[in-house]
Amino acid sequence: MSQPGQQFVADHVAGLPRSGIRDFFAIVQAMPQAISLGIGEPDFVTPWHIREAAIFALEKGKTSYTDNLGLLRLRREISTYVERQFEVSYHPEREVLVAVGVSEALDIALRAVLNPGDKVIYHEPCYVSYSPSIKLAHAEPIAVATDAADEFGIDPDRVMAAWEPGVKVLLLNFPTNPTGGVTEKAKLERLAKFAAEKDLLVISDEIYSELTFEGVHTSIASLPGMRERTIFLHGFSKAFAMTGFRIGYACGPQALIEAMMKVHQYSMLCAPILSQEAAVEALKNGAPAVAKMKEAYQRRRDLIVRRFNEIGLTCHSPKGSFYAFPCIEPFGMSSIDFCQGLLRQEEVAIVPGTAFGDSGAGFARASFSTSYERILEATNRIERYVGSLG
Amino acid sequence: MSSVLQLLLEGERLDTAQMAQVLGLSESEIEAEIARLEAERVLLGWRPVLNPARAQENIVRAVIEVKISPERDGGFDRLATRIARFDAVESCYLMSGGYDLLVFAVGNDLREVATFVSERLASVEGVLSTATHFMLRAYKEQGYLLLDPAEGSDKPSVSP
Ligand SMILES: Cc1ncc(COP(=O)(O)O)c(C=O)c1O
Repeated sequence: MSQPGQQFVADHVAGLPRSGIRDFFAIVQAMPQAISLGIGEPDFVTPWHIREAAIFALEKGKTSYTDNLGLLRLRREISTYVERQFEVSYHPEREVLVAVGVSEALDIALRAVLNPGDKVIYHEPCYVSYSPSIKLAHAEPIAVATDAADEFGIDPDRVMAAWEPGVKVLLLNFPTNPTGGVTEKAKLERLAKFAAEKDLLVISDEIYSELTFEGVHTSIASLPGMRERTIFLHGFSKAFAMTGFRIGYACGPQALIEAMMKVHQYSMLCAPILSQEAAVEALKNGAPAVAKMKEAYQRRRDLIVRRFNEIGLTCHSPKGSFYAFPCIEPFGMSSIDFCQGLLRQEEVAIVPGTAFGDSGAGFARASFSTSYERILEATNRIERYVGSLG
Repeated sequence: MSSVLQLLLEGERLDTAQMAQVLGLSESEIEAEIARLEAERVLLGWRPVLNPARAQENIVRAVIEVKISPERDGGFDRLATRIARFDAVESCYLMSGGYDLLVFAVGNDLREVATFVSERLASVEGVLSTATHFMLRAYKEQGYLLLDPAEGSDKPSVSP
């Protein structure tokens, strides 16, 4: 029997699956003593100088709306930062939009460009929102699997093979949540060439880019000819440990930013001014804190990857992000059964790989955004658990 | 800086076996590095960082500005070391500016510290003057904030 009100829910919303993470969250929430490696955010608090800037802004009475696109001061800082970090320049007055996190930036980008029935190619396993956001924009998601043999980098041949008439957008996320996958410049160049051939728009979510531990991060937007067909998404949540500020941004050619601005102004109006003020401070003076946090993540990564491999969970060393993605296939259980068993038996939470798409089957995501002690204790318990599986 | 020292400075309480796991070294390598740090007096000791308000409520602390006259050979060192040797002195630094030594002193009560200053410190030959300031309250101790309420986190334990 359907619940009261159910008859009013739109078909395309009713058809969305509940996030696998939410289901898992409900179980973990009831076990306060469990060790969670399921957290998709930094364990650091936002650096004090950034919080202090928000407090100061509040004291000064900065409580208004801002320009729909965001404070011009912030857009200028973003423009400078993006040019320095990613080698692509955007005009602060016309080509930068400040949004409520990359979450909103992605949503309005998709809604601004997709017509009903358009198709979007993205790589999987991926951030849980991608497929639902595409569907909410009345478009059709096409997942391209990435796999462990390639350390979850993208295979351009597979992308090309997945192409079909109606594909309009290629959605990329490197470094990747949940796999920590990155991609080499040569592959990006092939994808860029392909995008030009098929006249595709690329939406590139580079939210973990500062947390690249090996090699240099290249933005596809910086490749020749790509600036005009790329929406570059970035934010403050991960590198600056500012998840709760809910602030991010999009950069792109004027026509696209303008289209996104329409959706944004009628749905969100603007990002919160206090968060925008904090973001200005983050870009101006946050680099040392980001570098320090990155070093900490890298040491924790080395530890967790070593422990996983020691205890028989094959795990590549993620080149970016704060997620390890060990393989649990040899134990012959589904990802969900493996993770639920682990939670029940040893009170350790990791997230089943299938929460990030079907191609996450046989894997689980373990966030190493936590202390050494917890990583050690959790991996010791996982060792005991896999021992018990015989 | 050695990776072992860096790990110690991060301040997590880890035993040698855990440190070995974190750094991917053997336990004997960790032991050897710690022994070296101690031998070279890079690492002076292993005292915990305490919250003065909780662990040492009755202890009285003072900072004392001390003016001394430098000596012909040896400058301030001999006299500074003489002062630093007193049990009541926790730390002692040579400073630039309006005075020479900054001395951190402790005692079980106000009188004890006052007695130390007037009878021991001030009477050391070469000490010209002292100015004693008693500490009233600690807000941050060696990097640890003390007034932050130990509040529960609203952070979800699993998130995308
Ligand atoms: C790949 C990816 N994109 C976007 C987001 C959302 O970021 P924001 O906090 O900026 O909305 C996340 C958060 O987990 C993420 O992992």
